[in-house]
Amino acid sequence: MDLLDNLALGFATASTLTNIGFCLIGVLLGTLIGVLPGIGATATIAMLLPITFQVGDPVSSLIMLAGIYYGAQYGGSTTAILINMPGESSSAVTAIDGYQMARNGRAGVALATAAIGSFVAGTIATVLIALFAPPLTSIALKFGSAEYCSLMIVGLVMSVALAHGSVVKAIAMVVLGLLLGLVGQDVISGASRLNFGFTQLGDQLNFVAIAVGLFGIAEILRNLEDERTRQVLMTKVTGLMPTRDDFRRMAAPILRGTALGSALGILPGNGAVLAAFASYSIEKRVSDKPEEFGKGALAGVAGPESANNAGAQTSFIPMLTLGIPANPVMALMIGAMIIQGIVPGPNVASEQPALFWGLIASMWIGNLLLIVLNLPLIGLWVRLLRVPYYMLFPTIMAFCSIGVYSVNSNVWDLYVVAFFGVLGYFLLKLRCEPAPLLLGFVLGPLLEENLRRAMILARGDPTTFVTRPISAVLLLLAAAVLVVVFLPSVRKKREEVFVEED
Amino acid sequence: MKNQSFDPTNVICGAFFILAGAIFAWQSLSVDLGSWLKIGPGGMPLVLSMLLILLGAVILIGALREVGESVGTIAWRGIFFITLAPIIFGLTVRGLGFVGAVFVTALFACFASFKMKPLSALALAAALTAFSTVVFSYGLNLPFERFGPWLR
Repeated sequence: MDLLDNLALGFATASTLTNIGFCLIGVLLGTLIGVLPGIGATATIAMLLPITFQVGDPVSSLIMLAGIYYGAQYGGSTTAILINMPGESSSAVTAIDGYQMARNGRAGVALATAAIGSFVAGTIATVLIALFAPPLTSIALKFGSAEYCSLMIVGLVMSVALAHGSVVKAIAMVVLGLLLGLVGQDVISGASRLNFGFTQLGDQLNFVAIAVGLFGIAEILRNLEDERTRQVLMTKVTGLMPTRDDFRRMAAPILRGTALGSALGILPGNGAVLAAFASYSIEKRVSDKPEEFGKGALAGVAGPESANNAGAQTSFIPMLTLGIPANPVMALMIGAMIIQGIVPGPNVASEQPALFWGLIASMWIGNLLLIVLNLPLIGLWVRLLRVPYYMLFPTIMAFCSIGVYSVNSNVWDLYVVAFFGVLGYFLLKLRCEPAPLLLGFVLGPLLEENLRRAMILARGDPTTFVTRPISAVLLLLAAAVLVVVFLPSVRKKREEVFVEED
Repeated sequence: MKNQSFDPTNVICGAFFILAGAIFAWQSLSVDLGSWLKIGPGGMPLVLSMLLILLGAVILIGALREVGESVGTIAWRGIFFITLAPIIFGLTVRGLGFVGAVFVTALFACFASFKMKPLSALALAAALTAFSTVVFSYGLNLPFERFGPWLR
């Protein structure tokens, strides 16, 4: 069977000593970052991206980046449970009941539940990726330029629909991102454009510099607005092992959370976050003791934690098969591939099978490493929570600078970081989310290239996008999503969901 | 004057998008726009800029009819020290070399927080420099000069 052969190749690639090593470094770094508040997974991956280029072949560096991503999801839930402060937005829900469990002296069980839920979800999601990636890839291989254009528009519209806050602002951010993506040299004619005379910027604005500025620096600035001291509730965590009764009560929520997370994770936008919230409200509804929720319900930890981990995993599907990023982290992975000389898209599976399947297999290995390592290491993570924030950001700034400069040894990239740091901070103050901008930036050049190629192929006839069936269906889908988002009732509901989240 | 008859945040936001759109539109006019058949390098940027101006206008007009809060506190001290840090790294990395640039950058970034004391700032910067030199310069072999011409 093909699937087994592929998985065998994947595990053979992922379980070499080097790759397990990078996976381990990735999940440890990710957990560290997830535990330390004030710096998110996106910013970390952006900063470490250039460094991973120095360490080895593309497979190892992508494995390490993926490890940072799901490690951070895991670390975020640790802080959510222990100090009621989610390290990542996707673990905000875990804080509700997890922290209450910790106050009731069941911190160990809450942590173990989160770990077990994440592992089960991660395992199932890995299998799902292996099952669904190849058929999707073969469909995508039939896509022409027009279909690709329409697909990217669907992706961008979805990211708008799932962004926080105002829809119009999110669309404006996507457009701004697309424009920034076009700065520099035009791929088709070779003309240089939109660079305001700064030829030192090179062919294109440096992707790493923009991501570090928008996500890293802007976040630090926001944290500097008010410097609070954190209270660590638990100094010693005991009683990790859940009882048999606990296991019985966590099984169904974990499976429901995994199903929900897997489905929502594929959608562009931050599906993992949405999945965690949806899972929490479902668990509350189906529970025979809904009054326990908010006071330390086990299902309130198990469900959302599985959902966000499954979502984080399946968000790899559109990235691996179509080359379309579902969230900023996937945009960074695509950026990493491009810098490594791999063209993202459906050809990755056939041209780079070792990379494709190795990455998938490494996710399962990474999840295993997380559960094996992190429960014993919990004491260390708790101690790290006490590191004051003012010690952290000079460290982040130094690593940012080194990382960005090491991409192409261009000092102008550092000025771009500073510029986008300030811009990102002001946009945050104006209540504009940076995620749609980054997606727009990554897709800008691809969208333009395919649009222009499609127009040439159609002899200048713009109706090609609606007369080709697949393209028409995709555009209809995008239009439908936009209409739904603007419907007054949905708009109100959507605002409620996101208000709850903050 | 906490609440006004308009939403100040969104007024600024709308104006920002209009301005950004206008600048990009002006920039894209200086390259070939092309035709429907063969869209030139300026075609898509111009269309997108127009769209951005339109969206900015929608936000701006909407903001004039809503009541909202002001932008809130801005971390000016942070902006100054944090964003200058990578610039300082850029200005010094060729002259001072890797070791010097990391030290200066970290030290400068330390002052973004009013909680940081000068002595601990020095200690942190020194520790970071030592760590980065060992990991990045010796460990990962990043191709930077450790000590630049200014120090010779």
